[in-house]
Amino acid sequence: MSLALVNSILAAKETVSGSVSIIGYGLGTLGPGIGIGFLVGKTVEGISRQPEAAGAVRPLMFIGLALVEALALFGFALAFVVS
Amino acid sequence: MTVLAQREGFQAPGIEEFEWPNLVDLHLFGIDLGINRVVLQMFLVALVVWLLFFLAFRTPKLAPAGLQNVMESLVDFIRNQIVLENIGPDGLRFLPYLTTLFVFIFFGNLGGVLPLISFPLNGRMALPAIMAISSLLLFISVGISQQGFLHYFRNALFPPGVPAPIYILLTPIELVSTFIVRPVTLAIRLLANMIAGHLILSVFFVATGYMLTSMNISTLFGVGALLFAVALVAFELFVAGLQAYVFTILSAVYIAGALEPEH
Repeated sequence: MSLALVNSILAAKETVSGSVSIIGYGLGTLGPGIGIGFLVGKTVEGISRQPEAAGAVRPLMFIGLALVEALALFGFALAFVVS
Repeated sequence: MTVLAQREGFQAPGIEEFEWPNLVDLHLFGIDLGINRVVLQMFLVALVVWLLFFLAFRTPKLAPAGLQNVMESLVDFIRNQIVLENIGPDGLRFLPYLTTLFVFIFFGNLGGVLPLISFPLNGRMALPAIMAISSLLLFISVGISQQGFLHYFRNALFPPGVPAPIYILLTPIELVSTFIVRPVTLAIRLLANMIAGHLILSVFFVATGYMLTSMNISTLFGVGALLFAVALVAFELFVAGLQAYVFTILSAVYIAGALEPEH
């Protein structure tokens, strides 16, 4: 990290106020967001290629959705716990 | 919102929305068993669920009508879409447990969007934690009774078909992911969804009231916020059903995993 960047971060520390854990939560949503995008997109693709498979694909999508979402929700819970 | 807060003194509702004082104080062995608003709501939900099932199936008719029709299609949905789809015919003995989970979680969550109640029961950690622990104990005991103690834990911790040195890495991962991460994610997923939904609804409605009564340009934005808040109530209704479905289907998947060993 360059010295200028370190200096600017230190300067920001003086003026920026609020909860850092909210920034952590914001970062934590990025991965699950991309994951849910992939998941639902692939499900739509699969169903449109083979509409009769919709019944089999949809429950799997919800299970995957729940697993992917867990990371964002951990971030949400930890944003409250670590204040 | 924060700009507004600094200038005008708008107080956004926070996590303190979930703190309720005890109405009845009760301490047993140093544990706080006091009854607050959330506990009363839990009793109410239990009563409503019991009444619904009792009235629907008190005098079951061959051609169902009215309430019996509604409740039968609900049980049918859990039977076909969750149990048969994920566990198979072998899992029909878990249908009562999974139906209880689904209905109780759904009606608990429903409190978040009902006027006059407007608090999601699962927004407090106690209920999701208890339900997640009971699902954990259920799938462990199913695994032990179905495959035997040693066999179940050998299959769960040392999955076959892996070169021996890999177990140094794999066994701790399997131990944590099966017996710790599974119940913790079950509970936190439900809890965090309900907390987030309740907070968003509170912020939107409090801010709508603040903006509508401020009698300046924000009143115009208040109308938009009100429309959006109503849309969010519909979204929370969807989330309430979805989270009940997800909790139940994941419990079913975990039970299915304990029923048949991986090869």
